[in-house]
Amino acid sequence: MDKIKEKLQQTSQATRSERRGRFISFLALILILVVVIAIFWFVAAKGLATFFQNHISVWDFLSGRTWDPSVKGANGKPEVGALPMIVGSFLITLLSALVATPFAIGTAVFMNEIAPRNGAKILQPVTELLVGIPSVVYGFIGLSVVVPFVRHVFGGSGFGILSGTFVLFVMILPTVTSMTADTLKSVPRYYREASLALGATRWQTIHKVVLRAATPGILTAIVFGMARAFGEALAVQMVVGNATLLPHNLVSPSSTLTSVLTEGIGNTVMGSLQNNALWSLALVLLIMSLFFNVIIRIIGRKGELR
Amino acid sequence: MNKRRIAGVALFLIAIGGLLGLSYQTRNRSSAGGSITTVGSTALQPLVEAAGEQFSGDHLGVFINVQGGGSGTGLSQIQEGAVAIGNSDVFAEEQSGIHSHNLVDHRVAVVGIVPIINKKVGLKTLTTAQLQKVFDGTYTNWRELGGKNVPITIVNRAQGSGTRATFEKWALRGHRVKTAQEQDSSGMVRSIVSTTPGAISYVAFSYANKTVQKVAINGVAPTNQNVTSNKWQVWSYEHMYTNGRPKGVAKSFLNYIESPKIQSTLVRQLGYISISQMHVERDVKGRVTVVR
Repeated sequence: MDKIKEKLQQTSQATRSERRGRFISFLALILILVVVIAIFWFVAAKGLATFFQNHISVWDFLSGRTWDPSVKGANGKPEVGALPMIVGSFLITLLSALVATPFAIGTAVFMNEIAPRNGAKILQPVTELLVGIPSVVYGFIGLSVVVPFVRHVFGGSGFGILSGTFVLFVMILPTVTSMTADTLKSVPRYYREASLALGATRWQTIHKVVLRAATPGILTAIVFGMARAFGEALAVQMVVGNATLLPHNLVSPSSTLTSVLTEGIGNTVMGSLQNNALWSLALVLLIMSLFFNVIIRIIGRKGELR
Repeated sequence: MNKRRIAGVALFLIAIGGLLGLSYQTRNRSSAGGSITTVGSTALQPLVEAAGEQFSGDHLGVFINVQGGGSGTGLSQIQEGAVAIGNSDVFAEEQSGIHSHNLVDHRVAVVGIVPIINKKVGLKTLTTAQLQKVFDGTYTNWRELGGKNVPITIVNRAQGSGTRATFEKWALRGHRVKTAQEQDSSGMVRSIVSTTPGAISYVAFSYANKTVQKVAINGVAPTNQNVTSNKWQVWSYEHMYTNGRPKGVAKSFLNYIESPKIQSTLVRQLGYISISQMHVERDVKGRVTVVR
């Protein structure tokens, strides 16, 4: 009797393996959490040093127009105005998303609704291929093709927001396209059937039913693309010109947060103001990507309620 | 089922163990005296790489790891003692955030820096005053200087770059420049100047090839000869800093680079100017003395 009781109360093989599995996945979770928190902590500590150690006001940082950390400005404080970079980053991101969206939706609709068979056979692999191209290749093509083209057609030196937009538009296109295609695929079949049964044409069905139902998903795809564009450094740096000036038109050289960061970090010394100021830019980048994540969440939740 | 799992775990452990073992085998043996790491200036990198290769050829089992990263990185890494040698285009005293008192300077070469313009501008010489006014934005078209009717496009190196610091100090005499395009490598600058109409920038002599127009300043031609006599004043030392007096491999490697063998072959082949050729010496403050 006791033996049976003991055996029943013992943890079984299955329980033990489950516990082990839970422990391992918990460890993995902790590890990732620690890494994320460490990154945030590090960037925040370094980035905030500009304001607490070097006593630069946050407002001066966000609204200043001159970026020259090694030179003292008129008010006796080093000139660390990040406005040109912030404006540059946002302009490039918004413009490239704006250009990419219609193409992405068009491709996705073609792939899913108009010619599903050919779409799956040809377009799907092609867009996936585009995702795999390294950004330095995009940058190089941008430098040798897009920049001269922009210079010939629009004047200026060819370096600027416009070239950056062209390069980034191609870079984020596959991301937005494949995510949009996935959302279109998840629109229930009976929506289309009901629409067609009511006598709607194919175009009316796509336009009024499928795209409407997929709107939250498409928005998520666009924000995802924007997050990628915002964080892209190398390709943009090669074509944007890296002049810390407020862009006065689309072909004047300007800069983004990422381009100034990658360019400057090797020439500064850890702990100096010049270095801290770059970390502050990194902090702005981090906060922005958080912001994009939150937007994606909100859109996703709204989409669920429908 | 069970066997499979054991095999899986074993494979995982072997992979981890293999990686650790490999990194242990190939670890940086700077403390053991087997090899050293140098970090910093990209302008000096080709010389250190080439010399390092020859050095390892002569000394079996000794390796010189050469990394770029920029002068700032070189100086901060050597200050922290993370590497054996930090390479820099600028004096440690000129870099903010560096406490130079326990860094020991070894000057291994000199580089001349020359303004370059796009070939179609049609100018070959500029005065200091003209250069200043080009870079501060007073002039906006090459026509105003007697060139073709093309707008001036300024291409700078990144803030904190050694080449830029040298150019602004000696060619522009510290004149404040206008904010303009920046690029973070000399090769990129050259290709942009060669393809962009009206572009002007500056690179080390070794980078100025036939695709761009070198500009003489105040009628002085940018030649090695003129650098050695300080008639061409836009030049800088290439420094290799050690934290305290060099020891072990770092010491013998520095001696090797400074030896006549390297100074008369590699240094010249790679477009640098040997220290021994210099007829003048310049200190941090820019005071020039004649070498006897």
